Amino acid sequence: MLKQEYTITVYTENQIGLLNRIAIIFSRRKINIESLNTSPSEVDSVHRFTIVINETEDVVRKLCRQIEKQVEVLKAYFNTQDEIVWQELALYKVPTDIIAEEVKVERLLREHGAKAVVIRKDYTVFEVAGHREETDNLIKVLEPYGLIEFVRSARVAIIKDSDGFHEKLKEFEYREPGEDAVENEFLNENEKVFSM
Amino acid sequence: METLTMTKKQPRKDEKAVTSISGSVAVLEAFLAEGVETIFGYPGGAIMPIYDALYDYNDKLKHILVRHEQGAIHAAQGYARASGKVGVVFATSGPGATNLVTGLADAMIDSTPVVCITGQVFAHLLGTDAFQETDVINITTPVTKWNYQVTDATEIPSVLAKAFYIAGSGRPGPVVIDITKNAQLQKFDYAGYEKCEHIRSYRPKPIVRKNYVEEAAKLINGAERPFVIFGQGVILGKAEKEFKQFIEKAGIPAAWTIMGMSAIPTDHPLAVGMLGMHGNYGPNVLTNECDVLIAIGMRFDDRVTGRLDKYAKQAKVVHLDIDPAEIDKNVKSTVPVWGDCKETLPMLTELIEQKVYPQWLQRFKDHQQKEEDKVIKDELNPASDVLTMGEVIKELNELTKGNAIIVTDVGQHQMVACRYAKFNQSKSNITSGGLGTMGFALPAAIGAAYGDPSRTTVAIIGDGGFQMTLQELGTIMQFKPDVKIIILNNNFLGMVRQWQQLFHEKRYSFVDIQSPDFVQVAKGFGIPGKSVAKRDDLKEVLKEMLGSKGSFLLEVMVGKENNVFPMVPQGRGVAEIVLCKEEV
Repeated sequence: MLKQEYTITVYTENQIGLLNRIAIIFSRRKINIESLNTSPSEVDSVHRFTIVINETEDVVRKLCRQIEKQVEVLKAYFNTQDEIVWQELALYKVPTDIIAEEVKVERLLREHGAKAVVIRKDYTVFEVAGHREETDNLIKVLEPYGLIEFVRSARVAIIKDSDGFHEKLKEFEYREPGEDAVENEFLNENEKVFSM
Repeated sequence: METLTMTKKQPRKDEKAVTSISGSVAVLEAFLAEGVETIFGYPGGAIMPIYDALYDYNDKLKHILVRHEQGAIHAAQGYARASGKVGVVFATSGPGATNLVTGLADAMIDSTPVVCITGQVFAHLLGTDAFQETDVINITTPVTKWNYQVTDATEIPSVLAKAFYIAGSGRPGPVVIDITKNAQLQKFDYAGYEKCEHIRSYRPKPIVRKNYVEEAAKLINGAERPFVIFGQGVILGKAEKEFKQFIEKAGIPAAWTIMGMSAIPTDHPLAVGMLGMHGNYGPNVLTNECDVLIAIGMRFDDRVTGRLDKYAKQAKVVHLDIDPAEIDKNVKSTVPVWGDCKETLPMLTELIEQKVYPQWLQRFKDHQQKEEDKVIKDELNPASDVLTMGEVIKELNELTKGNAIIVTDVGQHQMVACRYAKFNQSKSNITSGGLGTMGFALPAAIGAAYGDPSRTTVAIIGDGGFQMTLQELGTIMQFKPDVKIIILNNNFLGMVRQWQQLFHEKRYSFVDIQSPDFVQVAKGFGIPGKSVAKRDDLKEVLKEMLGSKGSFLLEVMVGKENNVFPMVPQGRGVAEIVLCKEEV
């Protein structure tokens, strides 16, 4: 199996120490986390982790089970690139005088969909939201013009197929959750292999 | 600050009149509500308010003062394993808490339910490098099923309810609750204790899928050479009866992992022995010849499977486990049966046909005979004058009739004890299986003696492991649990020496450990003891040990360079198991 980029979405309770509990599942296995974001979710009181790693499907599936095993984790999903809609936000600080003088720079910024966030006499901060290649490209473009600072956020991602977590949470709150609460498992009809 | 708070404390007489109680009292009330009888612990600065409250609970809660916090947690593990209940530990902050870490790791990997309460510095001192402050939550995160820091006493009842629920339910495990000193002292309005029965983010048992059970039954019914391998899940699930009914109806030979041992009597007609690196010959070899492998409550540890790419490749695998993360972790299953085996086994038994496999069972017997001839005969009835570990276990079996709890440490003596000990009831084999913690046995045996006082507890320990936690003889001296201690002394760190002999050209690097006069050491602790080196004396002195009132230490001098066989050398498949060193 080939390694590829997977985005793991974890719905959790909001509890101190849980970030560490999840992070060490990866570090214990010497797996690098490419990007990690924590945020509120569509459900009040439920938190959402978005984690990006490069691994094989087999490994990612096992990781998700280990994550789901944690007491305060409600659910972990993993998705490939094409199963999600995702964005990363990048900020670029560039000297204002150069931008003012070089017409080409203005055109480049337009082409990359960059938006000015702050304009000062000495520098201007632009933001670009997009995929990794897009934000990476702009670094290369701006470097000759004296890029002062660059930072990129963790990935945020929406699962295309997801109906959100509201209904699922109700299941979890029952003492005897229905089958709906259990996912990531399926019967592979072709190979007659049960999987999860 | 500390003294100020202490002097503010009301006289105790008034406490009962008001509904307000301290966090410390809330901890002890929680214990009573959870049915805790015995606590293993060691006091210190940051847990003093709890110990102060304990002073008034002396008639309801038994506290065993150990000699080292590692001893406390191993004792709690032994207690849990012998009784099937949750073991409980008190330790102070800093070094008290860090001394628990080995035991936590051991309890984590062997799924032992333990709740540890650690004291912590005042909340306002957290992160200031205060005296005896360590980041206990982060240190223990990888080795706990759950942990939580309490800084406000009002949380204590609900957090402890969660702790006991999480430790004991589903796949059990250790829980650490770290309570800051201010929370222990803080008074709050106590509304009573409510047991926890549900946490929305925590599913202790996966839902049983009937279609998977049906699929599994179909495979079993169609099998010609089915083989059951089982682990501690059967014991933890309290499903010994259900398991026995299953194999008896199915007629399938069953082998245990070291942790599953004693779930069925060792002399059951379908019991074919132990799996793994030093397990029996038949179960290892025939793992690679069965057509359906039914794994129940076990996790395919590498010591059981040997090389994975040579493990049961021909077989369809049915895996019953309560922990979904175990399914397909090491061995890909054809049919996974998630769930508590107490529920899934009867469902499966219902669907399977009554069968017998005489020819298949005979294969196991043939292999058993080969092992008898090449290994067991010499181990149990040696030709030389030098005693073997195996004959000590054999003599012990004859005297205990398989009714004793056997607690083992780690190394050659552990493998020999588990290979030859007879058991006729569950929860009888207590050992450090997954972590392999030397020093486990003595404190664990103390805990086991409290966990099931109706039975004889025998600790079997090597000369190396005994020296790791022998301070717990002090605990035995003071509290007098009835623990019979057998030290199998070969004057070597035997298992490492065996590997150095077999795989490192006999370069014996730092394995020649010297021992003190163990009998004199025991005497210093007021424990009677004897040392024996002659075969003629062995039986008598074992009898004396078992017949003595209270603890007894028996040192048996055994062959210095004896090896444990059979063996699946590391990196080889289970079918490549060897019976003697010439085959390695």
